[in-house]
Amino acid sequence: MIGAILQVVLVVAGAPLLVGLMRQVRARMEGRAGAGVLQPWRDLRKLLRKEAINPHGTGWVFRLAPLLLAATALVVTAVVPLVTTASPLDGVADLFAVTALLALGSVALALGGLDTGTAFGGMGASREVTVLALVEPTILLSVFALSVRVGSTNLGAIVTSTVNDPLAVISPVSALAAVTLAVVIIAETGRIPVDNPSTHLELTMIHEAMVLEYAGPDLALIEWASAIRLTVLLGLLGSLFAPWGIAAAGAGPVALLVAVLALAVKVGVLGALLAAGEVFMAKLRLFRIPELLAGSFLMALLAVAASFFLA
Amino acid sequence: MSESTYVQLLDLACGAFLLAGVLVLWRRDLTAIVRLFAAQGAALAAIVIVLGVWQGSAELVVVGVALGGLRAGLLPYLILRALPERGGPGDGEGRETQPLVNVATSLVAAAVLALIAYAVSQPLIRLAPSPAAQAVPVALTVLLVGFFVLVTRRRALSQVVGFLLIDNAITATAFLTTNGVPLVVELGVSLDVLLAVLVLRVLTTRMRAAFGGTDLDELRELRD
Repeated sequence: MIGAILQVVLVVAGAPLLVGLMRQVRARMEGRAGAGVLQPWRDLRKLLRKEAINPHGTGWVFRLAPLLLAATALVVTAVVPLVTTASPLDGVADLFAVTALLALGSVALALGGLDTGTAFGGMGASREVTVLALVEPTILLSVFALSVRVGSTNLGAIVTSTVNDPLAVISPVSALAAVTLAVVIIAETGRIPVDNPSTHLELTMIHEAMVLEYAGPDLALIEWASAIRLTVLLGLLGSLFAPWGIAAAGAGPVALLVAVLALAVKVGVLGALLAAGEVFMAKLRLFRIPELLAGSFLMALLAVAASFFLA
Repeated sequence: MSESTYVQLLDLACGAFLLAGVLVLWRRDLTAIVRLFAAQGAALAAIVIVLGVWQGSAELVVVGVALGGLRAGLLPYLILRALPERGGPGDGEGRETQPLVNVATSLVAAAVLALIAYAVSQPLIRLAPSPAAQAVPVALTVLLVGFFVLVTRRRALSQVVGFLLIDNAITATAFLTTNGVPLVVELGVSLDVLLAVLVLRVLTTRMRAAFGGTDLDELRELRD
């Protein structure tokens, strides 16, 4: 229980720092000074102090979307094994529930974008759903491939079995699943090469186009929830394929401290790698994105197939 | 080599074999396709060598090394030589610009083909279940993907690669289902393939010289 609370607090407080770290890495590699790791927190504070404004003609869908996005992100944080494998919501710590929650948040935001009735909101929503339709099944399949070996779709059980048998990670199934999951995490969180998080060019943006009409505390909530989702997904990638240091059920305070440090290091390294990769990569053309995602879907399917016919 | 190491190595080699075959559908650049084909040849050689070491058969290891030399070295080299030079007159030839089925759809089709291969090979595996026999669906998937490349790609060279994928898959199936193919048979097959590639290469070059392109679809119509 303490582990789970610690995990939520850590992710909630650390998610903007991760975004700051990634921006800082990019800035340094591009030869800029950068705004510092704390900048996303300062941005959030600034946005939270502003007055909430709703555009004319928007309804409750628009107002509810940021809340739903943040709420699903928080529940996912509590469910996914990051610091500890023992989740207080063990009954729903299931890969299907996690994927469904992530999809619920994305769909709520897409509906919010549609509700504004602007051209960009609709365009962004349509693009986001195109990506979503390929990303969600791929996340399901890639984690499902890992769950075949364990015989349970409970994320905690999958991670525990990898902790007990670390060599099982070296197999074609894990390799395929790892690559697939990395690709869909990049797509789901809207990073380069699928989407450029710092763009404001109307023709290319996906995520930004949906949230154009949000301002003040609503925008702060959305940015913060997006950061949490990025952190949780990177942490999940770390937990599934490099579960060292993660605390088991009923671990003492020392084990929890080690787990917190391990999580911070793992997510930090993954985030820095992602940011470094972004410096060297250009954004894909929008029409090439379904190809990339179909490719990763195929790899996920092969991972599932291989976990049946090679095992 | 212990049983579990053997199974793990075999599975890794089979996984690489499958991945290289499927990624051929993903890439448009003919040079990249040929490189993938070379990687697949290396994976095939690894499969045969692992089988040979496990069975303690020196002959099989020699066959594996020879296979690797041919399929990861000689054949890709020959195909690359037939590619037009970069920046040269026929540079647009170096890409598969418009396959008959677009890339995203063909990737999904490959997923369906993998499932078909799995379903079809179940009776084969039940005959003699062993780690090697269980990897037969991998080889059958590559076989079907090879057919798919052969049917849907327009450039002569990607069709050659499709043909070679089929041949790689047949060889892999042979080694996975039996306890090694006799050296004479393997030698005969390999020389056949080598000859076929040489002939196709000459044909491609002549085709480009005569028509200025290797888009096979344009060669279907009769002209005066």
